[in-house]
Amino acid sequence: MSDSGNTADGLVGIVLVSHSAAVAASVAELATGLAGGGTIAPVAPAGGTADGGLGTSAELISAAAASVDRGAGVAVLMDLGSAVLTVKALLAEGDELPGNTRLVDAPFVEGAVAAVVTASAGADLAAVEAAAAEAYTYRKA
Amino acid sequence: MLDADFFRRWMTATAASVEREAQRLTALDSPIGDADHGSNLQRGFIAVVNVLEKDAPDTPGAVLQLAGRQLISTVGGASGPLYGTLLRRTGKALGDASEVSGEQFTDALRAGVDAVMALGGAAPGDKTMIDALVPAVDALSDSFTAAAAAAEEGAAATIPLQARKGRASYLGERSIGHQDPGATSSSLLIGALVEASGE
Repeated sequence: MSDSGNTADGLVGIVLVSHSAAVAASVAELATGLAGGGTIAPVAPAGGTADGGLGTSAELISAAAASVDRGAGVAVLMDLGSAVLTVKALLAEGDELPGNTRLVDAPFVEGAVAAVVTASAGADLAAVEAAAAEAYTYRKA
Repeated sequence: MLDADFFRRWMTATAASVEREAQRLTALDSPIGDADHGSNLQRGFIAVVNVLEKDAPDTPGAVLQLAGRQLISTVGGASGPLYGTLLRRTGKALGDASEVSGEQFTDALRAGVDAVMALGGAAPGDKTMIDALVPAVDALSDSFTAAAAAAEEGAAATIPLQARKGRASYLGERSIGHQDPGATSSSLLIGALVEASGE
């Protein structure tokens, strides 16, 4: 669960939850690559189950959130069904995720890029969430 | 009155029942899901039984909250957070009493089922676990046996329904004609109450 790029204190952290470890890792790589340049917000993938299968792991999500928490909040983006339910259930637990953790309703890939670019620019959690959610409005046809 | 031992027996009996029926649950999950419901729940309830043996919480609420937490962290599919939330919220609603009445349990389970509906956004008729749990809670004030029968009927009644939640919903009309695996596992959970009570 390593952060990518040059990370700095005070930036919002991003967690990318997918049913697939490869998808989570690749989207993290894509988003940090496109954020490019200077300081990059901490990003952690949480993909697949703890034993490497397809699915969602509460443990991996909690660990990823803890690893990107720099005190400015953590934005969690998810792909499908059980990933969403697991993050919601963890938030309802109260003490499983860093205090200022938010489930961000956004398209997974586009939202991840928007969130990482925005967070890397030093935006706060609300602005990161808004940028990621905004990605829903970009129509392709 | 129902004590912590009763709730431990409930979880143990559920684990045994899920173990016995794991293949059937997975078979039900093959045509309309991703064919892992049996193995996922089996893994979850084995973890529940293990942690309850180790920690042995001494109130009904603590037993169910610990069990729910285990399910959320070990199942890996949607049934983890859904069943985990069901048990945790039921446990929270029971508070820290060392024994609870059947009526208190019914109210608490209703709160748990409401929490599952809020989490997953499912309503009765969507072809989900809710279709077994809601009738079970309604029948619970009569007896565990009545609740178990209501849950089984509720699960069977999902066969003609079209799924509106989860992976099965992508299948549209092709989900019709299959019994919902989640409603089926919910009927196992409720059926295990009968075993736990010796009713």
